[in-house]
Amino acid sequence: MTNVIEMINITKEFPGIKAVDAVSFELKKQEIHALLGENGAGKSTLMSVLFGLYQAEEGIIKVNNKEVKIDSPNIANDLGIGMVHQHFKLVDDFTVVENIILGYEPTKGMVLDINKAQEKIMALSEKYHLNVEPDAKIENISVGMQQRVEILKMLYRNNDILIFDEPTAVLTPQEIEELMKIMKALIKEGKSIILITHKLKEIKMVADRCTVLRRGKYIGTVDVTTTNTNEMANMMVGREVDFGVSKDECQPGDIVLKVNNLSMFNDKKFKVVDDISFEIRRGEIYGLAGIEGNGQTDLVYGITGLKKVNDGQIILNNIDITNIGVKKRFDIGLGHIPEDRHKHGLILDFNMAQNMVLHTYNKKPYQNNGIIIENEIVKLTDQLINDFDIRSSLGAKTMVRQMSGGNQQKVIIAREIHLSPDLLVIVQPTRGLDVGAIEYIHKQIIKERDKGKAILLISLELDEVMNLSDRIAVIYQGKIMGEVNPKETDEKQLGLMMVGYQQ
Amino acid sequence: MNKKITSAIIAVILGFTVAIIFAMILGIKNGSNGLQTYMPQDILVPMFKSFSGIDLSGKEAFNPRYIGEFIVAAIPLILTGLSVAFAWKTGLFNIGSEGQLMMGSVAATLCGLYLDLPIIIHALVCIIAAGIAGFIVGYIPGYLKAKFDVHEVVTCIMLNYACLYLANMILRMQPGFTNEKTPPIKDTALLNSDFLSSISGGSRLNWSILIVIVALIVYWFVINKTTFGYQLKAIGHNKNAAEYAGMKVKRGVAMSMGISGVFAGLAGAVLVLGIFGTGRALPGFEEYGYNGIAVALVGANSAIGVFFAGGLFSILQVSQPLLQYVGIPRDIAVIISALIIFFYAIPLLYEKYIDRYAKKREEKRIKVQQSTDSGGGE
Repeated sequence: MTNVIEMINITKEFPGIKAVDAVSFELKKQEIHALLGENGAGKSTLMSVLFGLYQAEEGIIKVNNKEVKIDSPNIANDLGIGMVHQHFKLVDDFTVVENIILGYEPTKGMVLDINKAQEKIMALSEKYHLNVEPDAKIENISVGMQQRVEILKMLYRNNDILIFDEPTAVLTPQEIEELMKIMKALIKEGKSIILITHKLKEIKMVADRCTVLRRGKYIGTVDVTTTNTNEMANMMVGREVDFGVSKDECQPGDIVLKVNNLSMFNDKKFKVVDDISFEIRRGEIYGLAGIEGNGQTDLVYGITGLKKVNDGQIILNNIDITNIGVKKRFDIGLGHIPEDRHKHGLILDFNMAQNMVLHTYNKKPYQNNGIIIENEIVKLTDQLINDFDIRSSLGAKTMVRQMSGGNQQKVIIAREIHLSPDLLVIVQPTRGLDVGAIEYIHKQIIKERDKGKAILLISLELDEVMNLSDRIAVIYQGKIMGEVNPKETDEKQLGLMMVGYQQ
Repeated sequence: MNKKITSAIIAVILGFTVAIIFAMILGIKNGSNGLQTYMPQDILVPMFKSFSGIDLSGKEAFNPRYIGEFIVAAIPLILTGLSVAFAWKTGLFNIGSEGQLMMGSVAATLCGLYLDLPIIIHALVCIIAAGIAGFIVGYIPGYLKAKFDVHEVVTCIMLNYACLYLANMILRMQPGFTNEKTPPIKDTALLNSDFLSSISGGSRLNWSILIVIVALIVYWFVINKTTFGYQLKAIGHNKNAAEYAGMKVKRGVAMSMGISGVFAGLAGAVLVLGIFGTGRALPGFEEYGYNGIAVALVGANSAIGVFFAGGLFSILQVSQPLLQYVGIPRDIAVIISALIIFFYAIPLLYEKYIDRYAKKREEKRIKVQQSTDSGGGE
C-alpha cells in the first residue's frame, strides 16, 4: 500500500532542547498508526509540525509522495490533514452545525446556507455512525459527542488524514469503545489515522502499526499484532516497567474520616454534591471514580475546607470539622494533594524550600517569634529531597517553576506525607506525569496505606483507581452510585455506574 | 531576580539614549557658532552635576549642596516607592500612596502644631502619627477589597481625591492659616539639622534620612525574614495556594494595604517635619505617590532596588532646574522618566535576548564543567 505521509529526519528545536530529533515517520493509506511515547517524548510536537503549527528546522515532509512545505494549519487542511486536539477547539454557545462549518460556511449568494450544511453533516454523520444532535449547543452535549463533532469537522472539510491527539483522556470506557469502532469505520472508507497516545491497551485494540518515541528520538516502529504490550512499554520507557501495583491485603482499622449526608451547592445554586455519605478507615485506600465534573472537586473542597458545605457533617479523627478553618484541619490530621498542582499545590515563584513549609512556616522550628529560621527550612528540604528523590538543578533553592511536572508533584507529596497526616486526600496524583514518576507515586501511596493512614483517592484515570483502591465508590452528578470491591468489578461495570446506572 | 535587575538597567540606558537621540535630532539651541543641535553632554553634564555636585565642564567648583538636595528629593520618592512595592508583594496595586501621604502630612502637622513635647520625642510622635494616618487611609481600600472584592485601584483613586480635599479642609481650619500655609510647626518637632546642612553646603538635608534608612531595613526584614512577609508573598504569588494552606488571605490583603499606607504616611511626615516645616494646602496632587509607582516598578519591589530607583528618579527631578539654566527644556527629564518606565514595562522586547544570552552562558559553563569533570575523573 502507498504511503500517504512521509516525514523524513524531522528535527524541531526549542530553546535549549531538541523536542524532536531526526525522527522519521510514515503513514500508509487506510492504516491506523499509533504514535507512542511518554509526556515530553515529542509526539505532539511531531504532529504539530505535520499540522503546520510548528516549522521544523530540518527534515522533509511528503504528502502523497509530493514534497510539501506546511507552514500553517490552513495548508495542512488543504492537503487533507485534520487534527482532533486533546482540548477541543469548539465554541461553547454555538450549535453543533455552526461549529462544524465555522470557517467553511456554505453560502447562497451573500447568505449563509445552513440547511445545505446540515444536510451534508447529517449524511456524514449517518455514514460513519457519529450520532450527533445538529441543533444542540456544545455546552449542553456530552464530552463524547463533542469529540464526534470534532471528527465531523475533519470529515466536513474532506480531510483524509486524521490526527487524534490523546482522544480517550476524557472518555468513559463505553465511549472509548465507541470511538474505536468509529475509527475502524473511517479506515474502511479510505481514511488514514494517526493516533497519539500513551495508553498501550488502546493501541492493541485498534492500531496496525506503532511508532515509539522517547525523549525526542525515534526508537522504532513495530507491528502491533506481533508485539505485546510489555515490549512496547519497554520501548517507550527504555527499561523494564512493572505496571501492576503490588500490595498486601488491606487491613482496615479505626474510622478516620466520616462523611454524613454531605450536600453542597455551586454559585448557581445547583446541587453539586448531593447527600453523600461514606467512611474511610485506617490502612485503607478509598477510591472515588467518576467522569470529570461530577462533583469530585466540590467534595474535596468541602472536606479540605476550601469551600463551605451546605448540609451534612464531616468528622475527622472523631472531631467535627464541618465548619472549621483549613489550618485547623491540617492540625487535626488532614493532608491534601490537590488536583491542580499549579493552582493550589505550589507557589511557582517560591523556591522549593519555601514551598516545603507552606503549612508549617509559622510553627517551630521553622520560625521563632515570627522570624523565619531559614537553616531549619533548608535542612528539612534537603532531607526530603533525599528521601523522596526530588531532582532539581539547584537543590532547595530551585525555583519550583523551573522543575519538571513529576518533580513538582514530588515536592507536594513530600510536603504532605512528611507531616504524617491520618487522612490523605489525594486528587489526580499522576496527571500529566511519565511512567517512572507514576510508578513512584503509586508506591508512595501504598506505603502510606501500609503505615495505617486513611487515603481518599480521587482520579479520572480508571486504571489508577482500580489498581490502588481497596474500595471503590463511583460518583455521578454529585451522588454516589454505589460502592464496589475492585477485585470483583471490571471497567465495564464501573463505566456504567459512571454514567448513572445504579449498581 | 537577576533578570529584573538587568531589565531595569537596560530600561534606564535605553530611556536615556532614546531621549538624548530625540533631543539631538529635534532640538536646536543657540550655541557659540550660531544655531546648533544638542550634544549628549549638554544634557548629561547638568544631570551629573545635579547629584554629585561636580561640574564636568569645569566651569564651576565642586558644590556639596547639590548632593544634599539630591538626597532630600530622593527621600519621599524612596518612601512612596516602598509603599507601592509593599502592596505589590501581596499582589495589590496601591495607587493611593498620594492620599496616604497627604493624610500623613496632616497628622504630622497637627501634632507638630499643638503638642508640647521635648525635642526628638516630639518628632517621633509626629512621625508615628503620620504612620497611623497612612495606615488608616491604606487600610480602607484593603478592607473593601478583602470584604467586598472592590478593586483597590478604583477605591484608591477615589480616596486620593477625598484625601486631597479633606487635608486642605483640615489645614485651612487651623488658626493662623494664611497663604495656603499653616503657621510653622514647633521647633521641637522639626527634623532640621544644622550639622547635616553645613556639611552639605547649606542644603535642606535633615534627619529624615534616618527614617528612610530604618524604613528600608524594616521593609527588607519584614518581606524576607518574617513569617508575616512569607504569608504576604504567598498571597501575592498565588492566592489559591495560600488559601489551600489555610492562610488568612483577606486579613493579609487588608493588612498589606495598611502597612503600605504607613510608608506613604512617613513620606508625608518627612515633607512637613524635614522640608517645609509647615502644613501646606495643595491645589492638586504633587505626584509623590504616582512617582512611587515608577520607583517601585523600576526597583523591582526590592528594598535595594527601590533605594537605587528612588535615587534615579530624584536625579531626574533635581536636574530639571539645572537643565533649564543651560537652556535645555526641563521636559527632557520628564521624557526620560517616561521612557524608562516605558522600556521597563515592555520587557518582552528584549527579555528574549537576555534569556538567550543567559542560556548560552549556562551551556558554556556546563561544557566547561563537563570537560573539567572528565579531566579530573581519574
